[in-house]
Amino acid sequence: MAHAYTPGLKVSEADIVRKDRRLPLKGEVVVKVGEVVRADQIVARTELPGNVQTMNVAGRLGCVPEDIHELMLKNVGAKVKQRESIAESKGFFGLLKTRVPAPCDCTVESVSNVTGQVILREPPIPVQVDAYVDGKVVDVFEEEGVTVETYGAFIQGIFGIGGEAKGEVLKVSSGPEEVLTEKDIPEECSGRVLIGGSRITADAVKRAIERKAAGIVAGGMDDEDLKLFLGYELGVAITGSEDIGITVIITEGFGKMRMADRTYDLLVSHEGDRASINGATQIRAGVIRPEVVIPLERTGEAKGLVSSSEGLIVGSPVRVIREPYFGLLGTVTDLPSELQQIETEAKVRVLQVELASGEKVILPRANVEMIEG
Amino acid sequence: MKSPSEMRAILATDCGSTTTKAILIEKVGENYRLIARGEAPTTVEAPFEDVTKGVLNAVREVEELAGKTILEGERIITPRRNEKEGVDLYVSTSSAGGGLQMMVAGVVMTMTAESAARAALGAGAIVMDTIASNDGRLPHQRVSRIRKLRPDMILLSGGVDGGTVSHVAELAELIGAADPRPRFGTGYELPVIYAGNVKARDVVKRALESKSDLSLVENLRPTLERENLAPARQKIHDLFMEHVMAHAPGYKKLMGWTDIPIMPTPGAVGLLIETIARKEGIDAVGVDIGGATTDVFSVFGGVFNRTVSANLGMSYSVSNVFAEAGIDNIVRWLPFMMKEGDLRNRVRNKMIRPTTIPQTTEELIMEQAIAREALRLAFEQHKSMAVGLKGIQQERTISDAFAQTATGATLIDMMSLDILVGSGGALSHAPRRPQAALMLIDGFLPEGVTRLAVDSIFMMPQLGVLSKVHEKAATEVFDKDCLIRLGTCLAPVGQGRPGAPCVKVKLGEEPEVEVSYGEMKLLELGVGEKAHAVITPLRGFDVGEGRGRRLEREIEGGVVGVIIDARGRPLLLPDGQEERAKKLSEWEKALGVYPELGTQAGPDRQE
Repeated sequence: MAHAYTPGLKVSEADIVRKDRRLPLKGEVVVKVGEVVRADQIVARTELPGNVQTMNVAGRLGCVPEDIHELMLKNVGAKVKQRESIAESKGFFGLLKTRVPAPCDCTVESVSNVTGQVILREPPIPVQVDAYVDGKVVDVFEEEGVTVETYGAFIQGIFGIGGEAKGEVLKVSSGPEEVLTEKDIPEECSGRVLIGGSRITADAVKRAIERKAAGIVAGGMDDEDLKLFLGYELGVAITGSEDIGITVIITEGFGKMRMADRTYDLLVSHEGDRASINGATQIRAGVIRPEVVIPLERTGEAKGLVSSSEGLIVGSPVRVIREPYFGLLGTVTDLPSELQQIETEAKVRVLQVELASGEKVILPRANVEMIEG
Repeated sequence: MKSPSEMRAILATDCGSTTTKAILIEKVGENYRLIARGEAPTTVEAPFEDVTKGVLNAVREVEELAGKTILEGERIITPRRNEKEGVDLYVSTSSAGGGLQMMVAGVVMTMTAESAARAALGAGAIVMDTIASNDGRLPHQRVSRIRKLRPDMILLSGGVDGGTVSHVAELAELIGAADPRPRFGTGYELPVIYAGNVKARDVVKRALESKSDLSLVENLRPTLERENLAPARQKIHDLFMEHVMAHAPGYKKLMGWTDIPIMPTPGAVGLLIETIARKEGIDAVGVDIGGATTDVFSVFGGVFNRTVSANLGMSYSVSNVFAEAGIDNIVRWLPFMMKEGDLRNRVRNKMIRPTTIPQTTEELIMEQAIAREALRLAFEQHKSMAVGLKGIQQERTISDAFAQTATGATLIDMMSLDILVGSGGALSHAPRRPQAALMLIDGFLPEGVTRLAVDSIFMMPQLGVLSKVHEKAATEVFDKDCLIRLGTCLAPVGQGRPGAPCVKVKLGEEPEVEVSYGEMKLLELGVGEKAHAVITPLRGFDVGEGRGRRLEREIEGGVVGVIIDARGRPLLLPDGQEERAKKLSEWEKALGVYPELGTQAGPDRQE
């Protein structure tokens, strides 16, 4: 049998999670291997070149661009204070000179005798990278960043919006079936990661943003709601940089999707614990799924891991990921190797799944994913 | 590597963005034939993150089906040891790695910047933003935009040759000041292509050489009246392979396994389409609709063109098709009611779980509706980009240049189109062949007399790369096992009154058939059969000889037959939902497209 199957999303009670924390460009690493770090502790920092401002100095001095160099008072590389003159015209017999003051504290980056423009660079912008999860530094990439390792619960979502966030886990739904609306968002949820049920509405997201929640994790959401709170139609699934003031993660899919019991129970069992979440999703080469990491105080062995190389076998727990049984869970009961005709008349590889209700159904193998622990 | 005449067993794979396909070709008697085909999900994603795993899975399936041993552990046995072990040649194509995201810059928004955008789009990129000296933004806003977007590549144009230097210099200085970082890797320098005023090359070099991986190519707008997009496009394609492909996990390992360099999938399919057109001396269009991209290839008047729409596809890019086409355009192909919210969620779920396949007829119809729009959009993009490669330049007059319609005179002439070939999962794997035929007709709207064909099981990419080293094997398999001739589409151009006579067709000795405007009709003519056809359009309709003029010619049959499409061109669907659904069902029934609507069972798909 060929090992053709769709790997599932990881939901692990306790696992070793490693996170690379790298700077966007070279800088300084401020922690050492073996150091215990907190999620919001800075582990590396650098300075991004500041914003640039262009000034048409030739125009302001009323000279041709070719003459600009001799009229500059400050050369390339010079640091200049706000309102300090950077260039000066020759004037009339040394009188009535025109001066060009610097609009801000900056450095002269370049002077162009082609365009007559001077580019001024504002002071560098500090960039810092934090540890993201509570854990231990296990590797240092010189001038670039570190790897932080933690031991804890690890849950992958299917789709997310917004970047990294941290906060205490707070259950806001009564069960995995419940639809989360604005009335379910409590007043005291600032900085918390809210755990919802089967669907989250746009109003609930808006209310959570108002109340400064750090994030929401729910089973599903309607695409119409996504469009509403994003303010635009999402094209390709590349997310993480949205600046909407909250991180949203869905674990099952679009629509009303009961959150898998295992995921829900695991999240809820950590109510009050600190979680690190990231909504960044990239569904393309080098897929990135959104995630929830909840570090545990104790350390130990990773447990409940299913080896991915085993593939689908009779007895594998699976989740159906396409209509008409979308979202249902079951167990593989047969893996016939011959192709079978399905309703669409396509002949495909199938498997037999016994659903949680006891019903046995034949499904295309492509339409199930393994439940990985 | 053995000489082609000594090769008896050939393995070829294609690593798509969603599925990896492997085929085994063997010499049977004096001819090469397809023996087995296997497929497996492409494994660029976690937990594998290695494209070769998917290749091995697909090859394992081939092993099972062919009853042969091709792998020894994780190694392809080559050369062949005996009849049962190993292959003589292994070749591969790949499109794994996803799309290409670019920023383009030019001096004037509607001139050089637009030309630059056209060059980038034609090369298959997603244009994230277009920067121009007159785009209304302040310099610092442009700088922060470049930084924030982190494109894979920047195409800088500007100025006709001998024209403005200062504006080009200003743009180069801006890009330099932004010091853009690529999305991947800290040690990688962002590729910047300069395709502007040759006189400004030195200033561009000064501004950008130390801060980026700068390439200089010919000006894409050497004069106001002329565009010369080919060199810039070619450079983008080269860098795409070097950059995006090289980042697909495991790709470097795969390169070590193949006997000849891995070819990009669109390049390989293009090679085949070009060969068909050249061999028969005809105008041809080919399309490969994949998961992330839709590639269109055309040969008109001997000029080959290729566009890669990196944002139109049936899985990874399915939401983008939805966003670009708009919900109304998708819904217009559905013969049943579906709530907007439901449709939206289903499309999004396909996007986040791209390897799933439709299980119910309703889901199949929905996917095929999206496929029609992906084909239509990709072809529209192709038409506006097909301005002649290989040194042939698109001439524009000054007035055209100022008016800046989406395109100059496109090379695409649907009336002269002889054959339309479809490939890719949505077309090759359609359970019934009439489904593929109707998707091609609705997506491309052929005019006059056009032959239709599909790649039987989606192996054109593999045969394309194989044709580079073993043309005989590639041609034989293409002719006998790959190309499924669907038949011929007869589509009169013009508009009429629903129900009024539109065209009369007499096929061989069969009685003449009259088809009314707004109808479709299927005439039987099997694979390999040819018939003399007398096509008489009614007044106001044209089938290639002019309005109302009769056309006599030989036409070919196929697994579907001869499709008379009297719905008119351009195709206007009824506005009302009920009326439209009725018409769609009528047409589908006429061609036997879907099980519950059709009257005849379609041919089984060979796996």
